[in-house]
This record gives sequence, structure tokens and C-alpha cells, in this order.
Amino acid sequence: MSTSDVTTTPAAPTAAAAPAGLRLRLEEAALGRPGAPVLHGLDLEVAPGDILTVVGPSGCGKSTLLRTLAGLLPALGGRVTQDGAPITRPHADRALIFQEDALLPWRTLRANVELPLAIRGVPRAERRDRAEAWLERVGLAGHSGRLPHRVSGGQRQRAQLARALVGEPRAVLMDEPFGALDAQTRAGMQRLLVEVLQGTRATVVFVTHDVDEALFLGDRVALLGGPEGGGRVLDIPHPRERAAHDAAATVALRRQVLESLGM
Amino acid sequence: MSAPTSSVRPRPAPEAAGARSAAAPRPPLRRPWVRYTLRTGSLLAALGLWQLLTTLDINLWLRFAQFPSATDVVREFADRLGTVAYWQDLTDSLSRILTGFALAAVLGVAVGTAVARSPLVSDLVGPVLEVCRPVPAIALVPVAILMFPSNEQGIIFITFTAAFFPVMVSTRHAVRALAPVWEEAVLTMGGGRGRVLVSVVLPGALPGVLGGLSVGIGVSWICVISAEMISGAYGVGYRTWQDYTIVDYPGVFVGMTTIGVLGWLTSTAVELAGRRLTRWLPRTETTGRSAPSRKEAATP
Repeated sequence: MSTSDVTTTPAAPTAAAAPAGLRLRLEEAALGRPGAPVLHGLDLEVAPGDILTVVGPSGCGKSTLLRTLAGLLPALGGRVTQDGAPITRPHADRALIFQEDALLPWRTLRANVELPLAIRGVPRAERRDRAEAWLERVGLAGHSGRLPHRVSGGQRQRAQLARALVGEPRAVLMDEPFGALDAQTRAGMQRLLVEVLQGTRATVVFVTHDVDEALFLGDRVALLGGPEGGGRVLDIPHPRERAAHDAAATVALRRQVLESLGM
Repeated sequence: MSAPTSSVRPRPAPEAAGARSAAAPRPPLRRPWVRYTLRTGSLLAALGLWQLLTTLDINLWLRFAQFPSATDVVREFADRLGTVAYWQDLTDSLSRILTGFALAAVLGVAVGTAVARSPLVSDLVGPVLEVCRPVPAIALVPVAILMFPSNEQGIIFITFTAAFFPVMVSTRHAVRALAPVWEEAVLTMGGGRGRVLVSVVLPGALPGVLGGLSVGIGVSWICVISAEMISGAYGVGYRTWQDYTIVDYPGVFVGMTTIGVLGWLTSTAVELAGRRLTRWLPRTETTGRSAPSRKEAATP
């Protein structure tokens, strides 16, 4: 891999105009569907502008955590807050990116990207320009008029990324967004994500079952599930440095993560 | 990440099960003109058989002796086409069915969506609807006569009832079957109930709703014709029954042919409109070639 992947400052100076990231916090939280809690006594804090990756075996409640932070699922107990205020319902401040095809199949890629702006009441011409600009940023310049089922899975996830970021959310919640992609596409998407996140100051919570992905993308990694239960957060030594894949600190952390997850 | 190898693991289900893999075994496509010839030929053969059976006065258990021949009917048809009464009947029937069907489409979609989306509405309206549903629309003629001041409104009411239930039921199912992920996506963009309804529920349910509309227009024809026969307020159904009572068999067949052609035209119109509205649906014929994701993976 080339060194062009390397990024040192997550919050680049160009991002000064972007809205500040949210501080997300869970205190003694019990999460899950009513009657079927998945996570108990979870304490977790994500600092503004931080990229927190969440790993854990399937079924450990990673998606539940994200859906709770998004406001789609009320917490069963404890407190879930953004900048100190309880999260009770979905809000455009917290964009959610799904694993499966969450693009509306009857809308073209551009119309999908325009949707958050339309909901916000942005005038039509401006909507169009901003959507086109974002599609270009994610490498879909020539595809804006296409329907989602006419493009590849990787391109659909690029469009979802554009749709999530076009509205300048203060937090981006990502639920295994690259989980359904093949290895090459996935690596490309990770590069793209790092690149586009540089322009924002958004807080990111990125759920994945791929430990390598978690250790590459995150500033910190949270471990859910596993024998020790949930909520341990570890610092990542070389965030977003592809070359650090085999660095001693990364290797040690990887071993620690895998062990504590019982994998 | 490990170094990219050419043997990338197989792509996951949504891609692999997609239309692209359907390209393998398909019967060779026949040319359009061959298909049209076959269709015309099938119609002509049926007409020819009819002509043969009636002119030879075949009487083999089924009796064709009293039956008007195809040419009799064609001659009668040509005569009727020149009369004002024929066109008057035709426009009467058409305006009734279109009014009743349009009302059924709008109300059926509205009620079906409300029932599917709101447990309260479902509890309030559901039982009434389920009790009314099994009653054949044509059995509502006495109700229509009691309720409505004119025959015209009664016939439209019956036509409406006939189409309403298929549309309502299919809308209800289609709305309930919607993928929750679309709604959640719009909610996390800050959209409210209204936005979810307009941007997700209605377009997403449309393919299912169209099935109900297709069935509805067919049932509507049955009921408008029957209602006209019973109520005697003109229209194609009334004329056909009238011809039968005065033993004008070619006239009866003209009526039946008219009903057949009108029914076919209206249901084709519904189908075509539906196909236009759901062009976004992945179809096997149109997705033959598409950008492979392998190539896309190579771009940064």
C-alpha cells in the first residue's frame, strides 16, 4: 500500500467552517428492544470529532448501540446523551449509514443525496449543486442520474456516504458500512472515508466486525461483548496510517483486542 | 489490509442473487413481429372456429344452431357503430367505471395505508371493513337503491365498492411489507411522519398497489355491467340485456365484444401506467449489462 493513505490530522484547517462534532455519552445504559435487552450497564463516551470504532462478535449489540445513538431505539435504562442532552428521537445531526441498501431504489443517486437537503428545506438549485459536488467527491460524478440497482454495491455505499455527509451532520454513525463489500472495494472505501472525514469535524462511531478495519480507521476502539463484557475502550497507536499495520504497537493492540473478544 | 489478490471472495447475496446472474439460461428471444403475428393468428383462429361452428349449425351436445355467426356479429357491429345510441351507451359505461375506479383508487390507497400504519385506525376501521369485504359488490344493489337518490350514483357506488377492496387490501399488504431500513434512513435525516409517507411509504408500496389496481379495474367492469343490467339506466350492460330480452342475439354479441374490448383497453392502460411509474424496479430484461464492481474496486 502506498503512503498516500497516511493522514496525520483528522481535523484539517479547511474544516473550520464545518459544524463541531457532538459529544456522545452513554451512562449505565441498558440497550435493546423492550423485553429483550442486549447490553447492560454500558458506559461509553465519544469526544467531539473523535472516531470511535466498535468491534465485537455478531449479536453482541453493536447495531443496537448505533440505533440507540441514532435515536431510533430508546434506551431501556441509564442515560444516552449528546452534548449533555438526552437523545430521544432521530435527528439530522446524527446521520446513520447502514450496511445493506438503504438508498431509496426509486430515486436516482443524486435524488437520494438531495433528500436530506430537501427535508431541511434547502432550495432546489442549491440542493442539486451540493449533491453533485458530494457525488463527485465520492467518485460518482458520472453516475448521478443512475438508479441504485444499476450501480455496484461499492458505488451504492459511496452514494450512501455522500447522502449521510451532504447534510453536514455533527455525528456520523456507521453500521458495518463496508461489511458486504469485497476486500479490494473495502480498502478503497476505507481510503475514501478517511479522505472525506478530513473535511468535517463530525464525531464518528464506526461499527465493524473486522478488527483490522477498526484499528485502521479509529482514534480509539471499543470492545463490545466477548468474555469480559462490554465497554472497554482502547487507544489506537497509529490512527489511519496504512503503513502502521505491522508496527509493534498495532500488532500488540490487535492481539489484545482479539484475545479479549475471545476470537 | 492484505495485498489484493485476484481471487476475491465471492460477492455476497444481494449482488450475486441480482439480475446479472439471470443472464444464463433464457429461451431465445423471438422477434416482435413473430409475436404479433402469433397473437393475431390466435384471435383469427378463434373467430374462424366460431364461424365454422355456427354456419355448419353444429349440434354435438353443445348447440350452435341458434348461434349468430361471426359475420352476423361483425355486420351488426358495423351498423351499431353508426348509431348515436351505441356511443352514448359506451360513454355512459366508461364514465361510470372511471369515476368509480378513480374514487376506489384514491380511497383504497388512503385507507389501506392508514390501516397498515396506524394500529388505532386498524382497530377502529378494520373490523367493519372485514365484515363488508366478503359481500359481493353486486349484492349491494338494494343498498344502493335505498341510499342513493339516482341510479347513476348507485352504479358508481357499486363500481367503487368492487374496486375498493382489492386496492385497499393490496395497499395494506404492500405498506406492511416495506423494508424498515428506508423509513429509518429518512427518520435519521430528520424527516417526520409526512416526509416518510410521501418519500418512502407511497413510492415503496406502489408496485404492490398496482397489483390491486389491476384486479380492481377488472372487478369494476363485472360490476358496472351487472349493475347496468339490473338498474336499467342505459350503458353497455343495459343495452346487452335489452337485446337479449328482444331476442336480438347478434346485438348481445356486439355488447359482449364491446365489454371485452373496453375491459382489455382499460386494464392495459392501468398496466402501462403502472410500468411507467415503477421503472425503477430492477427488471431482468433491462439489467443485462452493468458496471461490474470488480472494475469499480480498482479506482481509488
